[in-house]
Amino acid sequence: MSKVETILSQLKDIAANPKKAMDDYKAETGKGAVGIMPIYAPEEMVHATGFLPMGLWGGHKPISKARTYLPAFACSIMQQVMELQCEGAYDDLAAVLFSVPCDTLKCLSQKWKGANADKVIVFTHPQNRGLEAANKFLVTEYELVKKQLEAYLGVTITNAALENSIAIYNENRAVMREFVKVAADYPQVISAVDRHAVFKARQFMLKEKHTALVKELIEEIKAMPVQPWDGKKVVVAGIVLEPNELLEIFDEFKLAIVDDDLAQESRQIRVDVLDGEEGPLYRMAKAWQQMYGCSVATDTKKGRGKMLINKLQQTDADAVIIAQMKFCDPEEWDYPVMYREFEEKGIKNLLFEVDQEVTSFEQVKTRLQSFVEML
Amino acid sequence: MYTMGIDVGSASSKAVILKDGKDVVASEVVQVGTGSSGPQRVLEQAFAASGLKQEDIAFTVATGYGRFSFEGADKQISEISCHAKGIYHLVPTARTIIDIGGQDAKAIRLDDKGGIKQFFMNDKCAAGTGRFIEVMARVLETTLDEMATLDELATDTAPISSTCTVFAESEVISQLSKGEPRNNIVKGVHLSVANRACGLAYRGGLEKDVVMTGGVAKNAGVVRAIAGVLKTDVIVAPNPQTTGALGAALFAYEAAQKK
Repeated sequence: MSKVETILSQLKDIAANPKKAMDDYKAETGKGAVGIMPIYAPEEMVHATGFLPMGLWGGHKPISKARTYLPAFACSIMQQVMELQCEGAYDDLAAVLFSVPCDTLKCLSQKWKGANADKVIVFTHPQNRGLEAANKFLVTEYELVKKQLEAYLGVTITNAALENSIAIYNENRAVMREFVKVAADYPQVISAVDRHAVFKARQFMLKEKHTALVKELIEEIKAMPVQPWDGKKVVVAGIVLEPNELLEIFDEFKLAIVDDDLAQESRQIRVDVLDGEEGPLYRMAKAWQQMYGCSVATDTKKGRGKMLINKLQQTDADAVIIAQMKFCDPEEWDYPVMYREFEEKGIKNLLFEVDQEVTSFEQVKTRLQSFVEML
Repeated sequence: MYTMGIDVGSASSKAVILKDGKDVVASEVVQVGTGSSGPQRVLEQAFAASGLKQEDIAFTVATGYGRFSFEGADKQISEISCHAKGIYHLVPTARTIIDIGGQDAKAIRLDDKGGIKQFFMNDKCAAGTGRFIEVMARVLETTLDEMATLDELATDTAPISSTCTVFAESEVISQLSKGEPRNNIVKGVHLSVANRACGLAYRGGLEKDVVMTGGVAKNAGVVRAIAGVLKTDVIVAPNPQTTGALGAALFAYEAAQKK
């Protein structure tokens, strides 16, 4: 097995076995884990406690128990999260960090089931993001998050620890941005499945360890010659693009993912916490103000379509594919605006729905094959 | 040179054999689709109708839902591409195709060279597809073939929801128990399918000529309903059930020439 294959295999194992990653971490450090609900959270704060931040982005289970608490038209990730809660899958988490940028998240934040229902830390991202008052508001929210984390985990989060965590996260984000470019240059080496695993693993491991592995991966890949790609190149957007069976269709039809605007992937690494004179909480709050191109971060200028067009042009991609999370209102509201922009610019585009419960992918396969034939 | 297109759909299997990419020497339909004896039977029927044998076929393209499970093909091409190819061959002025099959509905926009500009497909839902009409026909104690005739006799349109086959079935039962004439309910069912399909067509922007294909195009009631909703003429493709197989046979001819 080559070095590249070894690293990818390691990351794939972690991505596929989050429970094991958490148990291993507990055994190694004696500390537990904190759940991080989608979409954005001041994860650096959890990292500064020494607990392992664990992304909670649903799963791929048949839904039954969750139907008691959620209507069938709640978004697919929340259905899965609720099902997993009901099954006790999250009971070992010491706390859960819960942002509420959409209506479904707001409702779900008040319905947490399981052993840690009293350790759910809910906080709000201000949507009038242009105002300084918004930063002050978010700092206050983060102060409350910090206090609750300290109380639930029995630790003190010092500014020094937080600054250290911010630096670790900024480095990880920078390395992942480089990985995105490398994956685009080497689609023969990094498949769509591989690319997703590298992103997904970062939700279940300490970022400094993830950074070290990805750096090594990048170095190994860059030592190889760049080969011409005889398939097509696409930019993908949406909340998540999984499971692997779906990504395997991309690989089968030689659709290389050269950039993404997935909430689970590149949106998490888009914005850094900048250096500055201000304290860490204020600078973390500022990062939310700098966030762009996201359906849950209000943008009165609707710049997401233009951002995707820029990504397409910068990567010399052939098309944009929207992986629409089923019943995700914020994403659905963005689509007509983006679609009009794509059509006006003559940009080939495709939309299909992502439902984490689905186990049959024939219809998506037909769409993707037709799309490749159309390009 | 003979080439073949086989369209293994969810509800039926279709085969077309072409001579030199122009003349249709066989065009056969068997009303069972993927996972059944349909693909093999339609193949046998096509050979019987043309007097040809497997070894006479230079190239075979499979399309439709079961295209990857059909073993005798040289290549698989999606049904969207094949319908577009077949329709453009038959109706070169086609710019919007509405294809309603057994379990899916599609709207395809073509450019003036027959290339696909955009397409939209229904999501995992039987509403607006052939299956929807089948379910309603059963509840209404009629056959698919009779539906168009009953529609023509309607004096009004009974409203039927277009959002869900299961709910719509309940609505039909409710309309029947209220004493609504069956013809009016049939017309309502057709309008429901039309609304769903036209929703897809509108998403890509409607451009004339509008051509309808797929098995449901054989139902004149649905065609009338679609024309009414779109407020435009709708051309029904000749042999609408076999346009996908025809497109596949045309692709097969192009591929055979390159061999």
